[in-house]
Formats: sequence, C-alpha cells, structure tokens
Amino acid sequence: MILNYALDFAFLCFGLGLAMNLYRVFRAPGVPDRILALDTMVINVLALIVLYGVRTGSGVNFEAALLFAMTGFVSTVAYCKFVLRGDIIE
Amino acid sequence: MDQIVEYFLAALLVIGGVFAIVGSFGLLKLPTTMQRLHAPTKATTIGVGSALISSMLYFWFFEGTLSWHELMITLFLFLTAPITANFIAKAQLHLAVKPEDLPPSGVGTAWATFDPEVESVSPTLIRDRAPD
Repeated sequence: MILNYALDFAFLCFGLGLAMNLYRVFRAPGVPDRILALDTMVINVLALIVLYGVRTGSGVNFEAALLFAMTGFVSTVAYCKFVLRGDIIE
Repeated sequence: MDQIVEYFLAALLVIGGVFAIVGSFGLLKLPTTMQRLHAPTKATTIGVGSALISSMLYFWFFEGTLSWHELMITLFLFLTAPITANFIAKAQLHLAVKPEDLPPSGVGTAWATFDPEVESVSPTLIRDRAPD
C-alpha cells in the first residue's frame, strides 16, 4: 500500500526537521533565532500528531493538534513581546 | 477510484514532507537572521498544510467521516504564520539595529519600541550587537 510508504516518508521528513530545529534552539546566534526555532518545532510536532492520527485511524488527535497550534502561537507572541517590551502584559 | 485517491494522498504527503524538511534545513543553513525567517514561516507552513489536507481527505475517503478540524488548523496556521514572522522580525530589529539606523516610522514619532513616551517598562534584553 503506497500510502504507508508515503506516511513513513512524511514521518521521516518531519522528524528530521524537528531534530534540526532542536539543534537550532541550542546553537543560535541570537534570541529571535531561538524563538523562530521553537515556533517551527511547534509546527513540526503538530504535523507529527496529525500523521500519527492518520496512521492509527483515530480522530481524537485533532483537538490536541488544534490546542497545540493555539498554544504555540500564543507562546511565540509572548516571547517576542517580552523581547520587545521587557514585559508581556503591560 | 480508491487507487487514484491513494496516489493523490501519497503525493500530498510526500510534497508536504519535502517542504517541511526544506524549511527546517533553511533555518539551519541561511546566513542571516532575516533570511532565516523566510524558510520556516513559508515552506514549513505549506508543508504542514499539505499534510493536514491529506489527513482530512484520508478520513473522508477511507473512514467515511469528514472532519473540519484539519481545515481549521490549516487556516489558523496560515493566518498566524505572517503574524509570527512580523513579531520575530520586530524583535530582531529591536535587538540588532540601532535606533538611529531604522527607517522613519512615518507617523511622526519614533518606533514604538524605542519611544520613551510609549515605553512604560524598560526592555531587559537589549544588548549592543552588530547587525548580521
């Protein structure tokens, strides 16, 4: 079944991307790079959750993915806000 | 029919994976921060959107349940990716470019993050760093 091979390939790609982002979180020239790497990690993990849902054939994971997307966006904005203003809620 | 749909979904998954890995690799390889900003916010968003659409079509065709969650997540990501990029670019400008080197804001006042009138809390992370 070709879909299984494609799923394996997608898992591999998103996992490798996650590993690269993790390296970038630890080795970065500045704070914005780390924030960007964290944001990309959130997106990659989101894709992994959804692909896992396809692999197991269950629809429970989508709520988790949606919540994860929202949390990732809010945390990125909070980090940037902290860098810009020194405070998050003024 | 099932065969065609399966090939289509496989193609979507492969395209999504390639876009995602290109985005993450660009985050490692591009030379400056402003260039690095482009790779994840565009390529990775397209890649994950492709994977999500593929998942939605899979559940529609093979499980018989059409779920709108994936479409919602895709729309949410496509809406928030530019906002994230804008915020990170502002943070990078704030940290790496001196206030006198910034272009004029166009509204008569200085940039909000440097304007002492607007600024109520002093930023803690400013450091003297040359722009990339």
